[in-house]
Amino acid sequence: MTSSLLRSATALVHPLLLLLSVFLLVRGHDEPGGGFAGGLVAASAFVLQALAFGPERVRRSMAINPQRLVGIGLLIAAASGLPGAIEGKPFLGSLWIEAEVPVLGRVALGTPLLFDLGVYATVVGMVVLVVLLLEEARR
Amino acid sequence: MLWLVASGFAAAGLGPWLHKAAPRAAAWLLALVPLGITLRLAWMLPDVASGEIGIERSRWVEPLGVALGFRADGLSVLFALLIAGIGTLIVLYGGSYLKGHERLGRFQGAILGFMASMLGVALADDLLLLFVFWELTSFWSFLLIGFESDRKEARTAALMALLVTAAGGMALLVGLLLLGSAAGAWSLSAILESPEVLQGHPHLPWIVGLVLVGAFTKSAQVPFHFWLPRAMEAPTPVSAYLHSSTMVKAGVYLVARLSPVFAGVAAWTWTVTAVGLVTAVVGSAMALGQSDLKRVLAYSTVGALGVMTALLGIGTEEAAQAALAYFLAHALYKGSLFLVAGAIDHETGERDVRKLGGLLAAMPITAACGILAAASMAGLPPLFGFVAKETWLEAALHAPSAAAVLVAASFATGTMFVTAAWIAGVSPFAGRRTATPRTPHDPGLAMAVGAIVLAAGGLVAGLWPGLVDGPLLTAAVSSVSGEWTQVELELWHGVRPPLLLGAAALAVGTLLHFRPRPLAALAGRLSRAAHFGPEAAYTRAVELLNRTASAQTRVLQSGYLRRYVRIMLATAIVGVSWALLEVDWRGALSGVRPPRPHEAAVGILMLGAVLAAVLPASLVFSIVGVGVVGYLVALVFLLFGAPDLAITLVLVETLTVILLVLVLPKLPAIHGAVRRGRRLQDAAFALASGAMLTFALLAALKIPRSTAVRDAMLSLAVPEGHGRNVVNVVLVDFRSLDTLGEICVLGIAGVGVYALLRLRPKRGELP
Repeated sequence: MTSSLLRSATALVHPLLLLLSVFLLVRGHDEPGGGFAGGLVAASAFVLQALAFGPERVRRSMAINPQRLVGIGLLIAAASGLPGAIEGKPFLGSLWIEAEVPVLGRVALGTPLLFDLGVYATVVGMVVLVVLLLEEARR
Repeated sequence: MLWLVASGFAAAGLGPWLHKAAPRAAAWLLALVPLGITLRLAWMLPDVASGEIGIERSRWVEPLGVALGFRADGLSVLFALLIAGIGTLIVLYGGSYLKGHERLGRFQGAILGFMASMLGVALADDLLLLFVFWELTSFWSFLLIGFESDRKEARTAALMALLVTAAGGMALLVGLLLLGSAAGAWSLSAILESPEVLQGHPHLPWIVGLVLVGAFTKSAQVPFHFWLPRAMEAPTPVSAYLHSSTMVKAGVYLVARLSPVFAGVAAWTWTVTAVGLVTAVVGSAMALGQSDLKRVLAYSTVGALGVMTALLGIGTEEAAQAALAYFLAHALYKGSLFLVAGAIDHETGERDVRKLGGLLAAMPITAACGILAAASMAGLPPLFGFVAKETWLEAALHAPSAAAVLVAASFATGTMFVTAAWIAGVSPFAGRRTATPRTPHDPGLAMAVGAIVLAAGGLVAGLWPGLVDGPLLTAAVSSVSGEWTQVELELWHGVRPPLLLGAAALAVGTLLHFRPRPLAALAGRLSRAAHFGPEAAYTRAVELLNRTASAQTRVLQSGYLRRYVRIMLATAIVGVSWALLEVDWRGALSGVRPPRPHEAAVGILMLGAVLAAVLPASLVFSIVGVGVVGYLVALVFLLFGAPDLAITLVLVETLTVILLVLVLPKLPAIHGAVRRGRRLQDAAFALASGAMLTFALLAALKIPRSTAVRDAMLSLAVPEGHGRNVVNVVLVDFRSLDTLGEICVLGIAGVGVYALLRLRPKRGELP
């Protein structure tokens, strides 16, 4: 599957998909989206790249080992539960801070967003891991 | 006290790393931790000895009333001092004994981990905490016995020890749970303060039975004794530490600890005494037929543990005194003898007593330790073993019931101990020098210090019993007997029955050693009987378990995916249909409204896609058909107002189709080769499961639902969750623990795929 059409299209679409995935991640709390959806879109971006350019290119462009990404994601998600525990809430109790950001107005940041980031990372890592392994086994 | 135990675990974690960093100094550095613990405990000693009981409690599992409770009284501090003190010596010894071994770091780590768990057993106040540490010691013991894991005998022995002690541990757990609920309190302190609560309780026989099973498995009482001699496959530091001085004494400790509670219960006293006596006699008898140095010591340890148990069963203050005095004496002399045996093995390369002799000249220090320890074992004055034996015989003579049996058994056991002492502690050094694989010489300081300290300890305690009776034993005996008992031990009591009995035992034992013929016959008969004994039962039980497991696996895990799916589907269909028989179908079906035009269109498209997927055509066509079904389901989600679900499903469906296309064409082309009959069976299963789900959903829709949770989530989403997308708020905030579990599953699945695809062993290698 090395059609040049696919390659050129992928080169354009890949960064857009990654951008879309971050967009989905951040908007998830108020609109449809969230960590799972964002993670899957990002993973699809890398899958597309793998289909068009091959798994080695994906490993290079990802710069981080997908297994390690899974671990980091799990770590972030679990660690996001600690601030709440330190403050006396049960583990994974949410802590929020509200801040006035110049352009965006009143923004609320909290540990659930960190958790969502962890979910995002885990999903991306896992899907990319599986697809890369299968692609490499195929070749 | 929590810090004492925790520091042990921390040191255990540090061990392997320290060994990589500083191999030569590591043992000495690591030994500082148990040394520190010993000193701290010794610092506690004056208060504890005068009767103060230190209790610490910290929160652990609040809702169940389980706390991290620790108790320092005479009994626990005595045991803890032995554990930490001997631990110091063992860490030094082990560093030398296994010098150069590639896994020495892990070994030291395991020894320290064991020590910390054992300290936990000794110092624990909370019942469940005690149990956790109890099981932890079994775990470390498993790792240490099987240390030389490439040897099959070591692995078998480790497994045997683990299975027996863990099975006992399970019995202990149930017993402790019953005890806690019967007494209404989960801490030993509370139970010990008011033991009357248990009197006449209907569960009492069960509690006694289960707790005793736990204690007897750990302390190698008959019929659970067979794992201990097998555990001699472990390196000698392990045998000296776990299997003579500490872990096996845990059962005796538990019996002692609970004695004030169960003192009046006949089942307890009779069982404990009887089992103890049988173990004492059988254990010491079996020691005499062994030719391996360590096995002689192991069986005689079984015998000694039996003695301690029987003494604790008698129930008098004198007996408690004797039990704890022997507890201490045995730790000193047996530990020393094991260390000597290890030194002999290490320096000469020989462990068979028939082939050892005349080592006195070559290993004078070792010989001195061995002979001192053997004298203590044989009950010779002025060693502490003599003092302990006198107390033991006194207690037996003054026992309130069955004194004659007790005295006879004690005499026999004592005699056999004398003979075993000759075999293990004296004859390797006496007589003519034999040829050994290596040239023997005294071991270095690290290995020698342990044997010297323990043997000398036996001598010092014997000469000046005042050093131990007040500080160590008084408070301990008081914990056991339930009231303050001042212990006073003397070296010389005058010419009284115990002394005469002791002298007679010494004479007979020595005679048996030098005229071994009657002994050989006895040993032969015992080993033939062992074919029908508990060890044979264990082996046969394990074999049966393995055979059953293999047979069941062959049937259920045949390797055919189709069979797995069919079994799972069939079970689900039968189970759910059974429940669905009770549903009022007229009511359920009446509430279903006819589909609107666009919904019907989606349904028809789905049917089309299903047919495309199912009817025989190319494989890729089928995969795409399944994918289309997925997209249409996502459309249904959108139609019914679940955008998050729809997004996720579309994405997952896309990725799944891609994955399937990557994988499935690699499979052998079986698509066209399937028989018609099988296809019909598959169709039947598919239709049946589809129908089952449909009817189950229809029935579920009719169940009256409360909207309380939904309303709460909806109302809390913005104020507490700071988000207007309730689904996401629930996923990552309100129910984030569930989501954490789900992504863990993702991670595990990823690891599984990696292992399957990458970690395939090359031809001929072991996985």
